[in-house]
Amino acid sequence: MLKIKNLESGYGKLKVLKRVSMHVNPGEIVTIVGSNGAGKTTLLHSIAGLLKARSGEIIFDGQDILRLTTEKIVFMGCSLVPEGRQVFSTMSVKENLLLGAYVQYRKKQKERVRADLERIYDLFPILRERERQLAGTLSGGEQQMLAIGRALMAGPKLIMMDEPSMGLAPLIVKDIFHIILKLRNEGNTVLLVEQNAKAALSIADRGYVLETGRIMLQGSAEDLLSNKDVQRAYLGRDIDSEVELKL
Amino acid sequence: MYWEPEFESMDREELQQLQLERVEATLNRVHMNVPFYRRKFDELGIDTDSIRSFDDIRRLPFTTKDDLRANYPYGLFAVPLREVVRLHASSGTTGMATVVGYTKNDLKTWSNLVARVLTAGGITKDDVIQIAFGYGLFTGGFGLHYGAERIGASVIPISSGNTLRQIKIMQDFKTTALVCTPSYALLIADTIKELGININALSLKYGLFGAEPWSEAMRKEIEEKLKIIATDNYGLSEVMGPGVAGECLEKNGLHINEDHFLVEIIDPDTFEPVAPGEIGELVITTLTKEAFPVIRFRTRDLTRLMSEPCPCGRKFQRMQRVMGRTDDMLIIKGVNVFPSQIEAVLLDIEGTEPHYQLVVDRKDALDTIAVHVEVSEHIFFDEMKKQNKLIALIKKRLASELGIGVEVKLVEKKTLERTEGKAKRVIDLRKLS
Repeated sequence: MLKIKNLESGYGKLKVLKRVSMHVNPGEIVTIVGSNGAGKTTLLHSIAGLLKARSGEIIFDGQDILRLTTEKIVFMGCSLVPEGRQVFSTMSVKENLLLGAYVQYRKKQKERVRADLERIYDLFPILRERERQLAGTLSGGEQQMLAIGRALMAGPKLIMMDEPSMGLAPLIVKDIFHIILKLRNEGNTVLLVEQNAKAALSIADRGYVLETGRIMLQGSAEDLLSNKDVQRAYLGRDIDSEVELKL
Repeated sequence: MYWEPEFESMDREELQQLQLERVEATLNRVHMNVPFYRRKFDELGIDTDSIRSFDDIRRLPFTTKDDLRANYPYGLFAVPLREVVRLHASSGTTGMATVVGYTKNDLKTWSNLVARVLTAGGITKDDVIQIAFGYGLFTGGFGLHYGAERIGASVIPISSGNTLRQIKIMQDFKTTALVCTPSYALLIADTIKELGININALSLKYGLFGAEPWSEAMRKEIEEKLKIIATDNYGLSEVMGPGVAGECLEKNGLHINEDHFLVEIIDPDTFEPVAPGEIGELVITTLTKEAFPVIRFRTRDLTRLMSEPCPCGRKFQRMQRVMGRTDDMLIIKGVNVFPSQIEAVLLDIEGTEPHYQLVVDRKDALDTIAVHVEVSEHIFFDEMKKQNKLIALIKKRLASELGIGVEVKLVEKKTLERTEGKAKRVIDLRKLS
């Protein structure tokens, strides 16, 4: 589905991604974990075409998309749920969702848009209830659902999510992760970027650990969860300090 | 039958993507966590970020057994010792074995890879598997043990030696699969015959053999004598232990677990890659090891790669059975022996001259090694008692250094053949083909 080789990317003189190679197979949840500033968002923005990568290969669905525009990339079936939701707060829930269906309109598939809208409402019943409400009046969790719903309206083959748990209460985070799992179980493919490594790895099939623009570890989510470096750095289990406490 | 079909029958392009990801992550980790590699790369001006293809990997320096010795015991570990849950070692020169470590994840990977090799060799959870490899620092026993358990086979951890007991257990426990060195399998076969036991009354079906060089002729002999299907498997402790490669039931080359090991075949003189399919030295880079990753480790084993598809459906390339060594290492009863180890012991003992010869032979299917050593004249003409004492001392020292019994014969000064000043140190009388 997605295959990245030696991606180098950054902002101006700042090289954020030094050399990243990774892949996502159809039907998988793949997660990128790493601390602040590791390059997780840069990676997603480079894939989505929001940021022009310097070198490397990004193959999506068999085609090199490195030099394509974001519009083209979305049209090919790769959608991004951005960090911090970024819903249009002065527009209604329904309008936000229909905006996500922009590429479907271009394909002149109004019937499909209607069916998709129903599907989103089934997935997130709360959005149906708030259909006419302004997006800005929704709670954080509801806005996150709206952002995911909006991405799904484009009928993507791959959904990329940037920190969907950010700023949400633990209970809501649990809901969001359940939804991601449900999406995968319905056959969707998800690339999930998260600081909440424990939650992300517990629903993912595979994962990559990104540190200062480099992949340090990769493997099954299960193996990464039992890796001591991951535990120490990302799962809040500092083995060193545990020892110190005993002393 | 595959153990992990999603990997074993992975298409080549997918495999290469995975290998690239894994080799890059391994380089990032060793650069960050192993000062030895960081220093070596820096000295050569290699920026690990610039390694972006399999061709680029050839710019990286080799790692040798000497590097491992120089960093004895823990210098090449990529994780702190408290994350290491198992240690193994292989023999080396005086007091300097090479030590390897495994994290919890490494042990899991290891047992899975051995499970692949066992499955390829015909083993299933219904088998009763007798592991007659030594248990201990040697990786053979434990490696096969955990792989067999992983499959769910019934494991008999009998370890090596005590042939009569091996046979008794084989009969009583209804062993269906035997794991040991090929030479020990032959010894067991011959002993069974001597004891007058009807081979057809045994339950043996499969044999998985490794840890020493053998031949097609030996395979045939073992298969006929034990009435089993015998397959070859390959590994080395520096890289992981058994589980690096193993034959499927086609018995035509060993499938390399390429998703965990990146292999190259080089010309041992020029260090350049040989043409595809040509014989050369096997060089291995580990792709998933956490505690003890190695970059371009020179195995010193000679082999060739077979990239033609195998009828079994596994997509991994095969390596031909190991054809020899590029150094002077001898494998005696599955134990690695370097002439230099023996030399060091002899030099340390008063009364011996630095002239010696090693005679290696295979008697009754078991390897023997005899050391012929020249002694100073005054000792040789002296009484028998002194001679015997010297022999006993050399034997004891060698046994403790090598871990195997050695025959010792004292010879008069200047009786060992010298050709152009350089002695022929090793006479290997074993016939492998």
